Amino acid sequence: MELPRWNCCGTVHALAKDDVMHHLAPVRVLLRVEEAVEAGLVDEPRVVTLCAMCYNTLKRANHLYRNDSDKRRVIESIMEKENRPYGGKAEVIHLLELLSELGWGKISERVERPLEELRVAPYYGCLLLRPRGFGVDDPEEPRIMENLLEALGAEVVDIPFKSRCCGAYHTVFMKEEAAELSYKILRQASEMGADLIALSCPLCMFNMADRQGLIGRLFRDFKGIPVLYFTQLMALAFGLEEEAHLEENNPDPRPLLRERGLWR
Amino acid sequence: MEKEGKMVTIYVMGKKHRVPAGLTIMKAMEYAGYQLRRGVGCRGGFCGACATLYRVKGSYKLQAALACQKVVEDGMYIVQIPFTPAEKKLYDIEKIRPTPNVFVEHFPEITRCLSCNTCTKACPQDLMVMDYVQAALRGDIEKVVELSFDCIACGLCAIRCPAEIVPYQVAQLARRLYSKYILGLSEEVEKRVAEVEEGKFDEELEQLKRLPPEELRKRYESREIRV
Ligand code: SF4
Ligand code: FES
Repeated sequence: MELPRWNCCGTVHALAKDDVMHHLAPVRVLLRVEEAVEAGLVDEPRVVTLCAMCYNTLKRANHLYRNDSDKRRVIESIMEKENRPYGGKAEVIHLLELLSELGWGKISERVERPLEELRVAPYYGCLLLRPRGFGVDDPEEPRIMENLLEALGAEVVDIPFKSRCCGAYHTVFMKEEAAELSYKILRQASEMGADLIALSCPLCMFNMADRQGLIGRLFRDFKGIPVLYFTQLMALAFGLEEEAHLEENNPDPRPLLRERGLWR
Repeated sequence: MEKEGKMVTIYVMGKKHRVPAGLTIMKAMEYAGYQLRRGVGCRGGFCGACATLYRVKGSYKLQAALACQKVVEDGMYIVQIPFTPAEKKLYDIEKIRPTPNVFVEHFPEITRCLSCNTCTKACPQDLMVMDYVQAALRGDIEKVVELSFDCIACGLCAIRCPAEIVPYQVAQLARRLYSKYILGLSEEVEKRVAEVEEGKFDEELEQLKRLPPEELRKRYESREIRV
């Protein structure tokens, strides 16, 4: 179910020692999770995120709140005169972790149209894996997205740049530099024979997909490559074509999928 | 009202005054000799003209209230905020549409919202201001409307917001879009406007205009209020 009264996570975990203000947003989300349990809406204080950034921000704020008593006190005092303070009980998990917990076998069972012969390069970027202890998997040797893609019947293309940065927010003020970072990842995926890239983070999506026009202008040898959310590939494999909303992707992955017999 | 004769001390812009306990800030200021020209309107908590900031001696907290509603406390330092120097965003309601991104397009600063809840705590109408700013960020027009319906645009949320967001303007955009594009025209209103234009009430109005003040007052006080 959707978390009642959720607010924006804050998007970036504040690292400055004296910046407590920016921890309020994620802490408030975690408080809502406890409130949802109190209201009897869910059994466990667990929140699932799809976005790599929300995941990272919430998880790190949770750690800080639990372990840094000084900051916790400041946060509590700013949030005073509200219902009650956050009790530190919420758990943050990423959808990939939830799927892994369900078991890859269960996922395979749901597959109606295996993504056979589709060569997919999983891309993690930074925040799904780093810093150590806050990722969905081992930062050096992640397997979780590979496992999912295999369960969906796809062929995994392991690219060395799968956890390189896409350029992140530099895309705002240094778009060419960010485009170059994304270009290197995309080119490597193409060179290694991937048909498309799967990822989780909307900012990675923007830099690696929506910016392909700019990348093409900057690097003459660049040939486009479709980029999909891993959830879109799940929808496709589960036979939920409409729900995949592939018409929203740019570049359009449908011609390629049609060629492989995976799209009408 | 408290017991007769009890007085409290308030400070209006730093100047000390003894005023009867139980008065509203507005009445207390008038009692102390201030003639209010700005910062006063309906005197009934509806117009939003009397926004006031105060701090009570001994507390570090800056608080917000409507002067016509809030009763004075001993040791209150008061300043009125009759006008909020907020930037007024211009848009043509005929040209914009109720799209999910409409709020971020016109008020990009809402992406800066820290979810600190300061605005909610400042709101004299007890609205969940932070929640509607967050709903705007998500593009949920109906939620913004629902949560901001009682907004009187006093401006206190904007004065207090550390991210320099002007929540009440965001909410106003939501309500405008909602009534124009989601709710649509109301038959009753259309009908009534036509009646007014046809002069259906002209005679009644003329009669009222000729009534002596005492009779007018009597009628006003015994008027029927239908909700
Ligand atoms: S005061 Fe400003 S930053 Fe704080 S919750 Fe309200 S709108 Fe957001
Ligand atoms: S004077 Fe109108 S709200 Fe106070």
